[in-house]
Amino acid sequence: MTRALVNVPKTAKRGEIIEIRAMIQHVMETGYREGPNGVTLPRNIIKRFVCKYGAQEIFSAELFPAIAANPYMAFSTVATETGTLTFEWTDDKGETQSASAEITVT
Amino acid sequence: MAAGGVLAAFGIPAARAATKAAPRVVVIGGGFGGASCARLIKGEDRDITVTLVEANSTYIACPFSNAVIAGLRPLEQQKFGYDRVRAAGIEVIHRKVTAVDTKQRTVRLDDGKQLAYDRLVVAPGVELRFDAIPGYNEAAAEVLPHAWKAGEQTLLLRRQLEAMKDGGVVVMSAPANPFRCPPGPYERASLIAHYLKTHKPRSKLILLDAKDAFSKQKLFEAAWRELYPGMIEWVSLSSGGNVTRIETDTRTFVTEFGSHVADVGNVIPPQRAAAVAALAGVADQTGWCPVDPVSFESTLQPGVHVIGDAIIAGGMPKSAFSANSQARVCATAVVDLLRERKPASPKLINTCYSLVAPDYGISVAGVYQPANGLLTDVPGAGGVSALDAPKSMRAQEATYAEAWFKTITHGVFG
Repeated sequence: MTRALVNVPKTAKRGEIIEIRAMIQHVMETGYREGPNGVTLPRNIIKRFVCKYGAQEIFSAELFPAIAANPYMAFSTVATETGTLTFEWTDDKGETQSASAEITVT
Repeated sequence: MAAGGVLAAFGIPAARAATKAAPRVVVIGGGFGGASCARLIKGEDRDITVTLVEANSTYIACPFSNAVIAGLRPLEQQKFGYDRVRAAGIEVIHRKVTAVDTKQRTVRLDDGKQLAYDRLVVAPGVELRFDAIPGYNEAAAEVLPHAWKAGEQTLLLRRQLEAMKDGGVVVMSAPANPFRCPPGPYERASLIAHYLKTHKPRSKLILLDAKDAFSKQKLFEAAWRELYPGMIEWVSLSSGGNVTRIETDTRTFVTEFGSHVADVGNVIPPQRAAAVAALAGVADQTGWCPVDPVSFESTLQPGVHVIGDAIIAGGMPKSAFSANSQARVCATAVVDLLRERKPASPKLINTCYSLVAPDYGISVAGVYQPANGLLTDVPGAGGVSALDAPKSMRAQEATYAEAWFKTITHGVFG
């Protein structure tokens, strides 16, 4: 299982702009490189990343082979309510890795 | 004056005439690179006037200073003076450089004295970047020492470890490449773990890293599992090891994804070529010094050579051994150029020993040659200690490390 890391402020004031960070350990193999035996390494990248705040999708990204290993994303949103942020990464094989973090909004 | 005028009339610059009389070389920086280079130039050609400018009258060597931190060695054994350098016929001046004029070929010192040179060698070493990690400045280093320049900082970290309670947490941070002594943070973690295991066995060490890979990694990690199981936690960049802020009042290392509170903290910040490199105009926008790998002449300032940790050395790591190898090549090149000979393309060697425990040494060796304007690994040369070497071999390598230190310090200062 690869490791995913997220960083969300534990608390925020309603209406405050908060920064969110997410990183997943992933090789992001481009599909263009040759292995030591001269055979092309099959493409293996994270294709899609989605962050939801409660039920609402607040950020998503499509990723391409030019993105380096261990993709790291930082973005901001407005703290609206106490709840859970969920993060999902989907790779070429359709497998999904997820993470979540709680925020208390006052 | 008249003679100068006549020479100028024939199109020979006065400086060249002076060169023929008695060439003058000024070396700035009296470490493993600079002090060696000064002696080697004098050794190759007694007729060259060599002046070494070094701010400190006592040199405190970094190699083996991790053993001082671990309580295995007194700092006194790291100290060296310049008496033998003087005895070799070199003028040693303990002053700071305030300006370098590469057009007039002069170096100005903080007592106002001016030194003229035909060739200048700059071996400034590194300075720690106190602008790189928010919250980590010179004052913060009094609370969370860097100990990346041997001396008071080394002793401060030692005292803090001694004062720490059993069960405490030591947090270290290592910078991204390039930096002085690539295996150094991992040797330090090992030797601190040795101290903790021996004296404070319930304690732990967390090493936060801005990299995903490091020098002699497999050897270090195998040794940690064997000697210090569960004691050292290495947090790589992709595991959230990049430190983004230091909070000294709570001894907190803030990373991109969390924070770690230390009982004893050691921040090894990013580095750049020391300030005199910028004064001489030999550092580029990276903060390091590009050089011609054959002569070590700066690609930015003709007539100025740069060696040691400050340079962009391609595959060659920033180590005392490298600086010393470069000093040899540079000395010969400086003499050749002063005598109007073309320097030959060199091969350089580096070996870095690391102690994982007092009787457990590991090493990496490499051979380098100029290729595409950089020092490049010679394929198939060098290598690292075997992963499956017996204990006797590790003990032997620890004695080799000690022998290397004695040899190199004798060669430079003895």
